[in-house]
Amino acid sequence: MKLTRRILMGAAAAGFMLSGTAAMAQTELTFWSWRQEDKAFYQDIIKKFQAAEPGITVKFETYAPENYQTILSTALAAGRGPDVIQVRAYGNLETIATPGYLLALDKQNVPELANFPEAALAAETLRSDGKVYAVPFAMQAQLVVYNKKIFKDNGLNPPKTWDEMMALAQALKAKNINPFSNGTATAWQNETIVGGLLSSMLGKEFEADIVSGKANFTDPRFVSALAKLKDISQYFAPNFIGVDYPSSQQLFVAGRAAMFAGGSYEVANFKNQNPTLDLGVFPAPVLKAGDQALIATYYDGGYAVNAKTEKKDAALKFVRFLATPEYGTAFTNTLKNLSPIKGIKIEDPITQDVAKLAENAMSYLMLVRFRYQEPSGSVLLQSNVQKMLAGQQTPEQAAAEINKGIATYYKPFQK
Amino acid sequence: MHASRQQPRTLKHRLWVAFLVVPPIVFMSLFVVYPILSAFAYAFYDWQGLARGPFVGLKNFKEVLFGVTMAPVVWNAFLHNVYALIALIIIQNGGGFLLAWLLYKEPFGFRFHRIAVFVPVVLSTIIVGFLWKLFLNPNFGIINQALYSLGLDSWAKPWLGDSSTALGALILANAWHFVGFPALVYLAGMQRIPTEIIEAARLDGTNEWQLLKNIVWPLVAPSTTILFTLLFIGAFNWFEIPYVMVGLDGSPFGSTDVLGLVFYRTAFGNQSASIQNFGLGSALATLLFLFIVVFASMLTLWLRRREIQF
Repeated sequence: MKLTRRILMGAAAAGFMLSGTAAMAQTELTFWSWRQEDKAFYQDIIKKFQAAEPGITVKFETYAPENYQTILSTALAAGRGPDVIQVRAYGNLETIATPGYLLALDKQNVPELANFPEAALAAETLRSDGKVYAVPFAMQAQLVVYNKKIFKDNGLNPPKTWDEMMALAQALKAKNINPFSNGTATAWQNETIVGGLLSSMLGKEFEADIVSGKANFTDPRFVSALAKLKDISQYFAPNFIGVDYPSSQQLFVAGRAAMFAGGSYEVANFKNQNPTLDLGVFPAPVLKAGDQALIATYYDGGYAVNAKTEKKDAALKFVRFLATPEYGTAFTNTLKNLSPIKGIKIEDPITQDVAKLAENAMSYLMLVRFRYQEPSGSVLLQSNVQKMLAGQQTPEQAAAEINKGIATYYKPFQK
Repeated sequence: MHASRQQPRTLKHRLWVAFLVVPPIVFMSLFVVYPILSAFAYAFYDWQGLARGPFVGLKNFKEVLFGVTMAPVVWNAFLHNVYALIALIIIQNGGGFLLAWLLYKEPFGFRFHRIAVFVPVVLSTIIVGFLWKLFLNPNFGIINQALYSLGLDSWAKPWLGDSSTALGALILANAWHFVGFPALVYLAGMQRIPTEIIEAARLDGTNEWQLLKNIVWPLVAPSTTILFTLLFIGAFNWFEIPYVMVGLDGSPFGSTDVLGLVFYRTAFGNQSASIQNFGLGSALATLLFLFIVVFASMLTLWLRRREIQF
């Protein structure tokens, strides 16, 4: 008994001295996320990080996405919470950054911020103090996903202009093929459809004018784009106003529709469900040849550091690791989601295409600019486009309603 | 009854009573009374996400009832709750009453039917919601398929996507789910009616309609009291079926929006409006609670008065 105790004490002392000489004591970070499905990827990343930083261990914990925000805010409000936090972007980031729960990041504590484009950092910036609060992890885009086989079988090429798009849709319909599998019964799908199909017709200049207040949503560019959308909706899924998101996905996955206007994130999902699909992507068609073709992009979220953590140095080391091109490359190739980090090497050809298209992009407007107050621009756009496509209001009325809602809080529209 | 009254009220007896009464009181205070009171208190503060801001008095209540942004949404949802209540009284409780009468008459296989009618009540609301969503799918759902095969093509509709049919479809799904409950309660009520009364009425030559209207309906009044009160509370707390079938937004364009969905969106945010506002959410919840308590009490008192002792 005495002997065992002595051995144990000796071992403990030796261990303490060893760890002291090796790299301080072990620091354990907790890292919260809502991405249960990416757990294997993150475990792998943590191993790589530990190879470089043997003194730090990271415990990865996930919560269901629908409860994540609530659980996180509750923990942070109680002064607890993890050391490293996966957070969302834009308005959603503000709900936890505004009360001061997150550590501000800058070029001093995270030099790797230089690896990111401005728009990506803007997504993780608090508007009130202009500081960055998280390292962005993924860019998403709204565009058109198409079934290459259906296009080839019918001798079709991705359309450049809106007229070509209409002609193509009509040609497909004449052959009894659904041109689009999209439906509008799920509210948020109306916003993705607008982003995927109308971005080129709206244009970067329209976005700049909205931001500066030179134009509002009753602008002819917006109204006429909505009218075009109404026009092309005749080529959506049969009974499209009653077709919800999963049904529209299934229609496309089953190869029973040629195109799906929506997110770049759909591609990996479609391929998982039907690996035989040969898919491609193209940007929203332009009004007249020569105009710039655009996709609508936004950033999903980022990795932040808890302002109250006692392990700030270790947490910053981990977050800096998550901002390196090596990490971005692993993220992009494993999760088939485009990391915004500059200088990554992309293997998947469709992700390469998305990255190339993203060089000409406007913001996914309502998410990026108008999700900070009620009524959110997204909710207004979704319900009014849904109503317009159901034939219950004109494009002019839809635009006026959207504008009226945003003008209740958006100063540039109140002049 | 007599024996217990004569029992001396010893300390032991009192302790026994306390032992029985105290735990549920503590439990209720902790998990029912305290949350209600704290929600009431939350409603008087400004909130930044889940962090409590300054005291703002009645501002949140004012915003819920009269605010430019919030009030139209709230009143739109309130009207849908009222509509759902009226429709469910007729379809769910009325249907339950008729089903109960059929079961009461003990037709062939009534034992089987008595169980069959109640089975949907036992199913999870999530399952019922998904099931009906599939039934109502415009392209492959059995409802439109059935209409097409009957040659009633013009009746087929994109049910949940059409603003004129979506709320009705939710109400029907809800009625299908719960009709077994009023049926069972009414059946129990009918079986309490002394058979002499019904036999006497039959001898006097009443027809089926008169019998139902003048004898059975008044005599099952206690069942009606319970069912109407529960339905009233249920209709104004309606959440699960709309949430599962049309989502948090009351799609299409607010035509199925109900107060439960508005509350959830306001307090916890949704995918397309990530703003969480506990102050407004608590104010709405408090108003809804007061409304339900006041009207449910009035309804109960009024319904009690038409109950007949026999």
